[in-house]
Amino acid sequence: MMVTRRALLAASGAALAAPALAQGEAAKVGLILPMSGPFASTGRQIEAAVRTFLRMSGESHGGKKLEIVLRDDTGVAPDVTRRLAQELVVRERVRFLAGFGLTPLAFAAAPVATEAKVPMVVMAAATSVIVQRSPFILRTSFTLPQATMPIAEWAAKNGVKSAATLVTDYAPGLDAERAFKERFTAQGGQVPLELRTPLRNPDYAPFLQRVRDARPEALFIFVPSGEGAALMKQFAERGLREAGIRLIGTGDVVDDDILNDMGDAALGVVTSHHYSAAHDSAENRAFREAYGQVASNARPNFMAVGGFDGMRLIAEGLKKAEGNLDGERLLAAMKGQSWMSPRGQITIDANTRDIVQDIHIRRVERRDGQLWNVEFDRVPQVRDPGT
Amino acid sequence: MVTVLIDGVASGMLLFVLACGLSVTLGLMNFVNLAHGAFGMAGGYVCAVLLNRYGVPFVPALLAAAVFAAAVGVALERTLYVRLYGRDHLDQVLFSIGLVFVASATVDWLMGARQQLIQLPAWLSGRVEWAGIGIGRYRLFLILVCGAIAAALHLGLVRTRFGARLRAAVDDGVVARGLGIPVNRIFAVTFALGSGLAGLGGALGVEVLGLDPAFPLKWLVHVLIVVAVGGANTILGPFLAALLLGVVDVAGKYWVPQLGAFAIYTAMVLLLLARPQGLLAKAAAR
Repeated sequence: MMVTRRALLAASGAALAAPALAQGEAAKVGLILPMSGPFASTGRQIEAAVRTFLRMSGESHGGKKLEIVLRDDTGVAPDVTRRLAQELVVRERVRFLAGFGLTPLAFAAAPVATEAKVPMVVMAAATSVIVQRSPFILRTSFTLPQATMPIAEWAAKNGVKSAATLVTDYAPGLDAERAFKERFTAQGGQVPLELRTPLRNPDYAPFLQRVRDARPEALFIFVPSGEGAALMKQFAERGLREAGIRLIGTGDVVDDDILNDMGDAALGVVTSHHYSAAHDSAENRAFREAYGQVASNARPNFMAVGGFDGMRLIAEGLKKAEGNLDGERLLAAMKGQSWMSPRGQITIDANTRDIVQDIHIRRVERRDGQLWNVEFDRVPQVRDPGT
Repeated sequence: MVTVLIDGVASGMLLFVLACGLSVTLGLMNFVNLAHGAFGMAGGYVCAVLLNRYGVPFVPALLAAAVFAAAVGVALERTLYVRLYGRDHLDQVLFSIGLVFVASATVDWLMGARQQLIQLPAWLSGRVEWAGIGIGRYRLFLILVCGAIAAALHLGLVRTRFGARLRAAVDDGVVARGLGIPVNRIFAVTFALGSGLAGLGGALGVEVLGLDPAFPLKWLVHVLIVVAVGGANTILGPFLAALLLGVVDVAGKYWVPQLGAFAIYTAMVLLLLARPQGLLAKAAAR
């Protein structure tokens, strides 16, 4: 009697366990993004891009099913990011950490990745040093100096001899200011005026008036992406364009997500960046179409492409590691990957784990009643100058 | 030089319209309403939504923003604020700052966290050159509108019957009630007026100050500075204070950009050291 009952239990246990074994263990991806708060647009773009990838390429890679565990870190609290990363690793047993909207948030999670030996894919944050914070960090976004230097070179080559800079007074702003000045003066340009605006309460009018009175040939700007519109409006209203000053900057300022709302003030602004929704390639057209289906016809921006390529990196890593979920095996498999992204050819450098990609020079133009960043020049395979 | 001055005056005027409602509730009704900026935010969003989604022209959108903020003000005053008139200031501060968080979260949920952008009509964009001085048309518009509001408020409080009743109600509510003055109704109307003005200020400010769910907290400090420096029981005091701070802020950013936003705080400290009761207040008034 006893034996039969035990056999019965064992049999039913096996029956319960069987389907789970047949499906195999899922590879969980802990996605930490600012889904609320001031940087929620970054989170929304990346999350939609991640879903776009799963829709286009399927969920199974290297025999493992990718499972996304999304967490909101609100964008302003590094301690929350760190706690979420810990919870994802310990409780959810995720095999990848991904996302990270801003530099301090990536910094906060880096020690968790190192300790748990979990590959950490930075899909947005753009300060140079991030990849050095942990040997498990790989980046699929861009770095600020990488995006800034080409516009400095382009300006110098196209007859701009003096350029003022106007950046927001926080780490990425200072990075951009330094990178621009370094490269621009190396090419023989002059930087007569360097202005920094406070992060809070930005009224750009007085700063721009100052620029107008200094009369440089161009004004280089870097501001957090939502602020670009206000700045460009003031630029137009103050008549700086009529005064013969050209507006140049990195692509953050003419973010595809909000470019259409900026109106005519944005027309003619020349920027350098790694992705434009208007990029002319089959990969990008397919990406944009799928993204539009996932995100109710929204336009993907440079954050979205970072999220999309981050998922691709994870999927390729799983394939190459043949479904092995060991962190170090996965990391080794992800290093050195190279593929054709919607933005162009990109490589995750095997040594620095940072992204190497084309940077495009673009001008804002109106096409079919919409504003686009139309690419007209390209600097191939730029690496972060810091590494 | 003159351009900088005019920019400063325009931004000061805008600050005044945003802040004067607070100086009324704080100075006249003796109620600390830190949620004042939330009414400004409400006005701003109404204006932006009407302009962008429904194609309403700019001026009607401004008026709608003011009316909406005033209506919200009345509703909240009747249901919530009225319970706190008699309580001490700490309760009022805690309550109203809580209201700010509720308002910000609501707006975040409804509209998203990104900056709201509006397109000004053609007659307000661009700038006019006049005797070699370039002035933005919108700044000029701000100065005219806000100046008119300030004048109307001042006259209304000093010259009209309503103004006299309001001052009486504030000075001694019990006696005023005894004389047949409907104190509660007067307070409600005043509160609505203050909220409506904040709503108008928020709507006017979308183009200059920006607008996102953090708006009430971002500008709370500036609004409080205006009220603190101006003294909280006149219209003229905060008006002068707002002008002064606007000019100092803009001029500071123009000539000493390294200081960034710090000029305005320096000015506040100096002014408060010189006149701790506010710009126009008589030292022994209270």
